[in-house]
Amino acid sequence: MVTYIIRRLIGALLMLAVVSMVTFSIFFVVPRLAGVTATDFANRYVGRAATQETVVAVANKLGLNDPVVVQYARWIKGIFVGAEYDYGAGVEHCPAPCFGYSFVTKNPVWPDLVDRMPVTLSLAAGASIIWLLAGVAVGVLSALKRGSIFDRTAMVIALSGVSLPPFFTGLIALSLFSYGLRITAPGGAYTPLTENPAEWAYSLILPWLTLAFLNAAAYARLTRAGMLETMGEDYIRTARAKGLRESTVITKHGLRAALTPIVTIFGLDVGILLGGAILTENVFSLPGLGKYATQAISTQDLPKIMGFTMLAAFFIVMANLIVDLLYAVVDPRVRLT
Amino acid sequence: MSEHFLDVRDLKIHFPTDDGLVRSVDGLSFKLERGRTLGIVGESGSGKSVTSLGILGLHKGGRARISGEIWLDGEELVSASPEHVRRLRGKKMSMIFQDPLSAMHPYFTVGAQIIEAYRIHNKVTKKVARKHAVDLLGRVGIPQPERRVDSYPHEFSGGMRQRAMIAMALSCDPELLIADEPTTALDVTVQAQILDLMRDLQRDFNAALIIITHDLGVVAELSDDILVMYGGKAIEYGSAEDIFERPEHPYTWGLLGSMPRLDREPTERLLPIKGSPPSLINVPAGCAFHPRCAFEGRTGGKANTEVPDLVETEGGHLVRCHLPREERRAIWATEIKPNLESA
Repeated sequence: MVTYIIRRLIGALLMLAVVSMVTFSIFFVVPRLAGVTATDFANRYVGRAATQETVVAVANKLGLNDPVVVQYARWIKGIFVGAEYDYGAGVEHCPAPCFGYSFVTKNPVWPDLVDRMPVTLSLAAGASIIWLLAGVAVGVLSALKRGSIFDRTAMVIALSGVSLPPFFTGLIALSLFSYGLRITAPGGAYTPLTENPAEWAYSLILPWLTLAFLNAAAYARLTRAGMLETMGEDYIRTARAKGLRESTVITKHGLRAALTPIVTIFGLDVGILLGGAILTENVFSLPGLGKYATQAISTQDLPKIMGFTMLAAFFIVMANLIVDLLYAVVDPRVRLT
Repeated sequence: MSEHFLDVRDLKIHFPTDDGLVRSVDGLSFKLERGRTLGIVGESGSGKSVTSLGILGLHKGGRARISGEIWLDGEELVSASPEHVRRLRGKKMSMIFQDPLSAMHPYFTVGAQIIEAYRIHNKVTKKVARKHAVDLLGRVGIPQPERRVDSYPHEFSGGMRQRAMIAMALSCDPELLIADEPTTALDVTVQAQILDLMRDLQRDFNAALIIITHDLGVVAELSDDILVMYGGKAIEYGSAEDIFERPEHPYTWGLLGSMPRLDREPTERLLPIKGSPPSLINVPAGCAFHPRCAFEGRTGGKANTEVPDLVETEGGHLVRCHLPREERRAIWATEIKPNLESA
C-alpha cells in the first residue's frame, strides 16, 4: 500500500512534468514554429508605443532568444525558487512558487490564483454535494420504480440536464429567480464564507444549483443504470433470503455496490471542477479560477493562462490519485500493488 | 391446515411476458417432514429453482402470478403478507445458493454477512453475533474460523465459500433448508465434502432439506424422496428407492442413462436425452415430454393430445405418463435396465 502510494506520487509528478512541457510547448514552441519571433513575444510585454530597440532589448533581457530548453528550465526553476523579470522598466521579483509574471497587470500569477481559489472551491464544494445527493437519490428511485411516471419524468429531465449547457440554464435561472422573482442573489454578488456564511450560501445557491443540475443529471442516469444492474445480482437475492427489509437490501447491499463507479467519477469531476467551472463562473460573474482563465485568455495574458493550466492539471492529477486510492477502500477486491 | 411440516399444493408460478405467459411452475404438489430430505431433479428451465424461490417468497415481485398453497408448519405462505414471509425468511426457512461467489456480497466480509443474517432475527450485540459466526464457521469445517471470519468472499476457495454460505444459511437454526444446486459450482472432490457436511448438519439440526439439482448423483447421496420435474410439472415423484430401482417415466430413464457412472465401461457411451427442454411459453400439447420420448408411439395417439395425469402406480410412487403401467414396467425391465447395467 505504502509503496503503491509512493509509486503513484512519483507517477503524478511525472504526469505534471509532462503537462508542463506540453503547456510550455503550446505557448512558446508552437507559435515559434508558426513564425512568431522573440520580438513579437516581447512586444506583448512592453506596450504599443515602444520602439523597436526597446522591444529587442526586452526580448534579450527576458531570455526570449535563448534555446527553448533553457527557457523551459527557467520557467520550471521559477516555480521552485522564484524568478526575477526585467522588462526594461526595472526588475520585478516573482517569489516561489512563481508560475509566471503577468506584464498586463504587472503582478505574479500565483497570488492571483490563490486569491480566486476560495471562490472556485466554494462553488465546487456546494455544487458537488448537491448533485451527488440529488443525482444518487433520483437514480435510486428511478431504478426501483423503473418504467413509472417518476422514472420517465426524471430521465427526461436528466436528459435535458445533460444536454443543456450552464450558459443556457444559468441565464434562465438568473432571469427567473434573481431578476424575476428576486429570491436569489443577482449575478456578480459573491460574499466570502469567512465574512458571512449565510450571505455566502445565498450568493452561491443559484450557481450551485445550475452546476449541480448539469452533473446531477449525469449521476442520476449513472446511478439508475448501476442500481438496475446491482439489484439483479445474486447477492441481492441472498440478502433478501436472509429476511432483510427491502429498504436495507436497497441501501446497504444495493447502493453499496452501485456507488463504486459513482465514487470514481465523482472524484474526477470534482478534480476538474477545482480547476474552475469556466462557464458557470462566467454566467454568474463569480471571481473564481474559471473567470480568471477567461479573462487571461481574452487579454492573451500568457503567464496567467499557463499558471491556470498548471493548477488545473495539478487538481486533476491529484483527483485521479485519490480516486485510485479510494477505489481500494470502496471495493475490497481491488489490491493496490 | 396441513399436518405435514411442508405441504405444497397445486403451486403455480406464472410470469406474464411480452411473448406470452411463462408457466415456470404449473401445478406442483409435494410434502416434506422435519429431518427428511427431498430431491427436486430436472433440467435447466424445468421450474425447480422458481419453486424454491416461490416457497421463500422471492419469486420476482409484482410481475409473477402465484397460486396454490404452501403450508409451512401450519401456516399458509401464499396468502400471507410479504412482511410476514420476510420475517420467516432466514429464520424458519433459509436457502443455500448455487454459486457462492456471486451469491455473497463482494464488499462485505464473510463474518459481517453471517452476523447480519443472525442479527436480523436475534436481538443480540455484535460481539455475541460475531462469536456465533465464528462458531458456525468452525462447525462447517472452516479452519481458523476466528481469523477467517474477517476475510472477504473472494479470499476463500470455492469449497470454503460454499461452506461459509451454508454457515450463513444455518445462522438462525432454520427448520426448512433449501439448497439450490449447492455443489454445481464446485470441484468433484469438494462436492462430496459439501454433501457430507450437509448430511451431518441436517442430522444435527433436524431440519427439513430440499435439494434442487440436475444431478441424480447428488440426490442419490442424500434424498429420502425424489421429485422429477419437467416443463414446470412433476412427472415422477416417489422414494429414492422408487426412482432409482423402479423408475417408470421415460424422462427419468433418460436422466439415469445420462448419468456418468464409474462402474461402466469407459468406452460405453452415455445415453443422452434427445432434444432440448421445452419452451415454458409454448409447452408442447399433450405430454410435454412427447417430442423427446422414444416411446411416444406406444401411447395410442394420446401423447400429443392429452396431458397425462400424475397417478399413483404403487405405494406413494406417482408417475405422469400415458404408457400403461404394465408396459412401462416391461420397458424398464427389458429395454432400459439391462442397458444401464450392461457394463
